[in-house]
Amino acid sequence: MKLSQSRVLLGALLCGMMANTVYAGEVNAAVAANFTAPVQQIVAQFQKETGHTVKLSFGSSGKFTAQIKEGAPFDVLLAADEKNPQLLEKEGLAVEGSRFVYALGKLVLWSAQSGYVDDKGHVLRKGGYNKLAYADPKLAPYGLAAKETLEELGLWNAVQGKLVTGESITQTYQFAATGNAELAFIALSQITQNGKVTEGSWWIVPAHLYNPIKQSAVQLSAAKDKAAAQAFLTFLKGEKAKTIIRSFGYDLP
Amino acid sequence: MAIHAHFTLSHPNFSLDVKFQAPAVGVTALFGVSGSGKTTLLRCIAGLERATGSLSINDEIWQNERVFLPTHQRPLGYVFQEASLFPHLSVRANLEYGYKRIKPAERKVPLEQVVSWLGLEHLIARGDPAQLSGGERQRVAIGRALLTSPRILLMDEPLSALDSASKQEILPYLERLHRELAIPVLYVSHAMEEVTRLADHLVLLQQGKVIASGALHETLARLDLPLAAFDDAGSVIEARVAQHDEPYHLTRLDFSGGSLWVGKVNQALGMPVRARVLARDVSLATHAPQGSSITNILTARITELRDEGVDKVMVKLRVGDSHTLLSRITRRSRDHLQLLAGMEVFAQVKSVALM
Amino acid sequence: MMLNIAPADLQSVWLTLKLASVVTLLLLLIATPLAWWLAHSRRWYKGIIASLVALPLVLPPTVLGFYLLLLMGPHGVVGELTHALNLGRLPFTFAGLVIGSVLFSMPFAVQPIQNAFESIGKRPLEVAATLRASLLDQFFSVALPLARPGFLTAMILAFAHTVGEFGVVLMLGGNIDGETRVLSVAIYSHVEAMEYDAAHVLAGGMVLFSFVVLLGLYLLGGKEGKR
Repeated sequence: MKLSQSRVLLGALLCGMMANTVYAGEVNAAVAANFTAPVQQIVAQFQKETGHTVKLSFGSSGKFTAQIKEGAPFDVLLAADEKNPQLLEKEGLAVEGSRFVYALGKLVLWSAQSGYVDDKGHVLRKGGYNKLAYADPKLAPYGLAAKETLEELGLWNAVQGKLVTGESITQTYQFAATGNAELAFIALSQITQNGKVTEGSWWIVPAHLYNPIKQSAVQLSAAKDKAAAQAFLTFLKGEKAKTIIRSFGYDLP
Repeated sequence: MAIHAHFTLSHPNFSLDVKFQAPAVGVTALFGVSGSGKTTLLRCIAGLERATGSLSINDEIWQNERVFLPTHQRPLGYVFQEASLFPHLSVRANLEYGYKRIKPAERKVPLEQVVSWLGLEHLIARGDPAQLSGGERQRVAIGRALLTSPRILLMDEPLSALDSASKQEILPYLERLHRELAIPVLYVSHAMEEVTRLADHLVLLQQGKVIASGALHETLARLDLPLAAFDDAGSVIEARVAQHDEPYHLTRLDFSGGSLWVGKVNQALGMPVRARVLARDVSLATHAPQGSSITNILTARITELRDEGVDKVMVKLRVGDSHTLLSRITRRSRDHLQLLAGMEVFAQVKSVALM
Repeated sequence: MMLNIAPADLQSVWLTLKLASVVTLLLLLIATPLAWWLAHSRRWYKGIIASLVALPLVLPPTVLGFYLLLLMGPHGVVGELTHALNLGRLPFTFAGLVIGSVLFSMPFAVQPIQNAFESIGKRPLEVAATLRASLLDQFFSVALPLARPGFLTAMILAFAHTVGEFGVVLMLGGNIDGETRVLSVAIYSHVEAMEYDAAHVLAGGMVLFSFVVLLGLYLLGGKEGKR
């Protein structure tokens, strides 16, 4: 092979690689576990339209916040609450003004047995159950909302002996799904598929009983100049994403 | 015969098919090369190995088609190749381990007696078994077995793991047991020296089968057994101490076939001793030798001759009323002297080993 | 660092000690015959049992906890059994934690004891048998004392592992104060809630305490070994 030929080839190769980095970026997204299913659909759509790729990590918002403080290489955070993104913003770890509410979580009282929960939630007052599962209110926004609801209903003291605490709403769901707890406060999104709840019985807790669960997203300072990260957050605000988010049982602000 | 045993056992690369009887007193040696099945046989007798067959000791059935006494219900003493003292127990606690486990009424052997028989006083004082030498440990193990007042003592090559100094240290104790113990002993060994020194009865094993069984001196002298082909083939003569020659440092032993002069023996006159005469140390003459340096010359009658390989002949001789000598000579000597069964000859004994 | 410990945290310290002690004791009772059988059996299914015992080492704790939750739940085999026996349900109870921890720490107790039994070999037991000791007698007078170092290791590992166990306990326990909120769960909750001061006090205390216990046991073991 002639030297000039190979040089041309190498040049072409390099150009191609550079083009890739400019036009098709990569986003590392940390996502609250309750948003797993919708974000996967959103990312699929986003990747198809933009050519960017999004790498997803799922976990609890608190854990992600602690990791980001220690330099975890995430570009965006889709938290389950408002508090953690605020904290990052305050500490200068998130791009100021990038924070927005991408979904409003809906709390639901759910049982794996059909017909167990009535559509007014009277079952809570009637008693007759052994265990009521909810997520640790210190750790999970849905847990806090559950606590607020019980307090608002004046039942907080009455249920003390029956409460079982999950570390996350995922674990809380498992307590109820395995039948070990008859009742559980979880996220509506956990039992919603294509806009419908298919299993068990449930009561969608009226929004006035708890403070809104503002699931907030934020762009992290380390990814300040990353066009792909910016593009992803913009896409998350768009109509296509909103349709998907609604279909999973979330409200929108 | 007090011990009747019949066992069959089949392992992938070893099988045992053994039937033998042994007398109710004295030491019966189970002799054979390693792999001949002697240890397995002993383990079957102890119930440590489960073979099909039958076993009775003094008319007590330990095993047959319906019965299988577990080891701990068989009144036996077992001395293993390695002393196997319990490391977590003191020497005294080791000795008392079995003693405590039999009913007081069945304790026929007092602790003090065993301790003095085997010279265990200062070993007990040392406390920890780890402080004992190999020979001392084996002595404790023998004492421990005897203290269960067994009706039979099984010994599995108790000396083979010891160096020769320890062996010499422990053999006198075993001989003492032989003399004073009223129970039968089955003694597994592949060392001819131990067997000729300790045994009265010999069971010969080869590839899991009994090929000969009988009184020691008869069996040793049988020319049809592989024993006769051993380099150290020979016979045993039971004799008595008859005279000490202090200036020359010699001792005369008498038996019905005559006398043998041996190196000084530290035994009183009249004491019984066992002498072992190897076939290679006995030469033959048809006339009484004159001017020989060999002092031990016995008149003997040839009872049997058997060719050994291409150049040797084994000659079996009767000496006195019931004693046997073996002599290994060359084929040429036999033809030259025209030796035949029934002939009277002079046997010159070059050396005698005292057991 | 603030050094006053909340009563709820003290409660979880006490609960942890109780759990670890009960689990260690139960494991000794269960693991000893199991280890004995594994060390001496020549059955063809011995390998299967040994693998089952070791299996908790493979599964992530939360996964094991989830399966236990299924098993002990109202639709699980164990759950139906406990219900039929009028014992109620096991998840979210102290008893449930004990069972989960026993299963999860089983290999840590069985394997050292099994190794100890195997290294003793058959000879000392045969010697004991020829000295009139029955099987049970052989076990208590010979095998147990000779396997002492293995038991010590098993106890250390079982205790330490139960104190540090987290995934199964969290999954099975439901984090109930005074019933199932053990130390590891309490520390985890504090860290997750970013209450680092409380977490540090508990974690520091736990590390220090465990170190003292383990050191004590090792020193004891060393003395035994020299004897």
